[in-house]
Amino acid sequence: MIQLENIIFLIVAALGIGLFVWQIRKIRKNILIGRDVDRSDNPSERINKTLLVAFGQQKMFKRMLPAVLHLFVYVGFLVINIEVLEIMIDGIFGTHRVLGFMGPFYDGLMAVNEILAALVIVACAIFLWRRNVTKVPRLATGVEMRAWPKMDANVILITEIVLMFALFAFNIADLKLAALNNHTLPGTFPVSSSFVDIFGSDAGTLANIAGVGWWIHIIGILAFMNYLPSSKHFHIIMAFPNVYFSKLWPKGKFTTNPAITHEIKAMLDPSYQPPAPEMDAEGNPIVQRFGVKDVEDLTWKQLMDSYTCTECGRCTSVCPANITGKLLSPRKIVMDTRDRLEEKGEHPAIFAPNHYKEMGVERVQTTDEKALLRGYITPEELWACTTCNACVESCPVNIDQLSTIMDLRRYLVLEESAAPASLNAMFTNIENNGAPWAFPASDRFNWAEDLYMPSKN
Amino acid sequence: MEENKRLVKVPTMAEMAANGEEPEVLFWVGCAGSFDDRYKRVTRAFVQILEHVGVKYAVLGTEESCTGDPAKRAGNEFLFQMQALTNIEVLNAYNVKKIVTACPHCFNTIKNEYPDLGGNYEVIHHSTFLQQLINEGKVAVKGGEAFKGKRITFHDSCYLGRANDIYEAPRDVLAALDADLVEMKRSRANGLCCGAGGAQMFKEPEPGKKDINIERTEEALATLGTGNGVIATACPFCMVMMNDGVKNKEQEESVKVFDIAELIAQAEGLSK
Repeated sequence: MIQLENIIFLIVAALGIGLFVWQIRKIRKNILIGRDVDRSDNPSERINKTLLVAFGQQKMFKRMLPAVLHLFVYVGFLVINIEVLEIMIDGIFGTHRVLGFMGPFYDGLMAVNEILAALVIVACAIFLWRRNVTKVPRLATGVEMRAWPKMDANVILITEIVLMFALFAFNIADLKLAALNNHTLPGTFPVSSSFVDIFGSDAGTLANIAGVGWWIHIIGILAFMNYLPSSKHFHIIMAFPNVYFSKLWPKGKFTTNPAITHEIKAMLDPSYQPPAPEMDAEGNPIVQRFGVKDVEDLTWKQLMDSYTCTECGRCTSVCPANITGKLLSPRKIVMDTRDRLEEKGEHPAIFAPNHYKEMGVERVQTTDEKALLRGYITPEELWACTTCNACVESCPVNIDQLSTIMDLRRYLVLEESAAPASLNAMFTNIENNGAPWAFPASDRFNWAEDLYMPSKN
Repeated sequence: MEENKRLVKVPTMAEMAANGEEPEVLFWVGCAGSFDDRYKRVTRAFVQILEHVGVKYAVLGTEESCTGDPAKRAGNEFLFQMQALTNIEVLNAYNVKKIVTACPHCFNTIKNEYPDLGGNYEVIHHSTFLQQLINEGKVAVKGGEAFKGKRITFHDSCYLGRANDIYEAPRDVLAALDADLVEMKRSRANGLCCGAGGAQMFKEPEPGKKDINIERTEEALATLGTGNGVIATACPFCMVMMNDGVKNKEQEESVKVFDIAELIAQAEGLSK
């Protein structure tokens, strides 16, 4: 039964998948530019977290309406993929509804599929409405929400709607054809059966519609897959590893640089022997920057964060600095990281990095420096952060925006001594008095003077 | 009334060590608790509670130094580690096992960041410590009815809440008072920062439309409504920011900012 059509399909599918693998390899290469960090500990806790936060969408449910709508699209994506698998097999071997042998299970599956597909259309339509008509602030505002991120979001939503309609067209025509030929189609189709007559009763037309619906769906999916690496929609893949590798310790614990510890210990105790520095391939010691100036100074996990970001803006909408009109937007930090990484490393198929300067965004005072710091992210943004962790708490896919902000700050202070003057004064106070204020250390215990309390008798 | 009062002599680690003794718990006072006039009252209230329940405690006195938290959050990892390593040397020399502190920043730093540098202690925040005293019946909060009908709203400190997932302890402490506890819209994990964290306490805010503490104070005032109310805090920086906010809104006559330890000390009749 294998015909020319099947061979064409096989070639299209192989090209689509091959292109996708090629793009994934580029992204993998980009992420591995980052510094190494060990996140292989506690696999069982990590699996639990992945089940709850990634599979279970736990953190989405802080906001009910988008959570429920997103759940439709998410579950729809997971379940409809089973039908996609069938479409693939049918396409390669020239079979027709090859999984139909599963009987009642297949009936149930198709029924759930159709209901989910309808819900996906409803959810995507509401999402489009929220973005373009009611303009929910976190989706519609912010200097980082430039032309491309806005278009990207609409492209995805419209594509998803088109894919679902193609699926329905295929099912409706298939169902009607089966009825005309007096045989029963495997599966139950609660949505399509209500619209079974809309394409008329001409067998030729119906066969064409079924064929076109089928092809649009499958080519659409392959195209969509290859669009993902250029898009925020890449989160549908990255959310899972990103949650798995997210930090397990308390949010208040910031990283400690052991190189600095050795330096201080050697300073305090001249007999202290710091471990030999790591050598590069030519046998020269690797001198690491303190803090982060550019993307290669970040860890692979921080770079992975940037590929996981869905640009939903929950982080920015809860950021106290952003709420009160400061320039800082945690989402911008993450989006800038990805743009800079792709500018410096490998590009995906569609790539339009944002240079705020060229775009005339005056508020963001970037320079021409080819680096993440100042080229994309300005000190003003970094100094506005209160390290309150609201962004980290809010992120549905466990991005750690704060760690990137802190590492950039560290570069400003440790490598450039570029802290605001008042912070330098605070540092001096700690060095001299052991307190951030200019009080003499000898007065530290004065609070205990003349302290009375009621006597017990 | 002089005869009903006794002078408290706060014990230091140095004195205890000289007598060959070790305290049950070290009270880490922190810089704000030592130097900030407003927060010194919290330190004193907490000492009154410690004295009242008869816990064997001590402080480091002049041997204490900044944990390094503001330096670390400002990006100065070098200065942070200098402070941390020096403090750890002192704490380890005294064989300190358990530390209580009223400052969430000190709490977070010693609990989470000192272990990597060789400082391993059981660290608890005073909200958890007070919660335990109340649960064990050591603090009966007999004077709690003085708070009857008074509206109190608790402002979550980021370094206690999101940073360390401690949301219920301070609320349990406040629940022991006979007050009317009201929650702000943004509370617990969704709590809004007071604006002082990340070393913002020591600098001017970056350009913007509003100061963060004003945004938060407005929320607190709206939650408390008209009449007298209390904004309860459990962090020295939050206290400064909320106090400044209340003054900015000219509400200092009707709305007071208190630390949870002060409220318990008041209810227990330890301080006025």
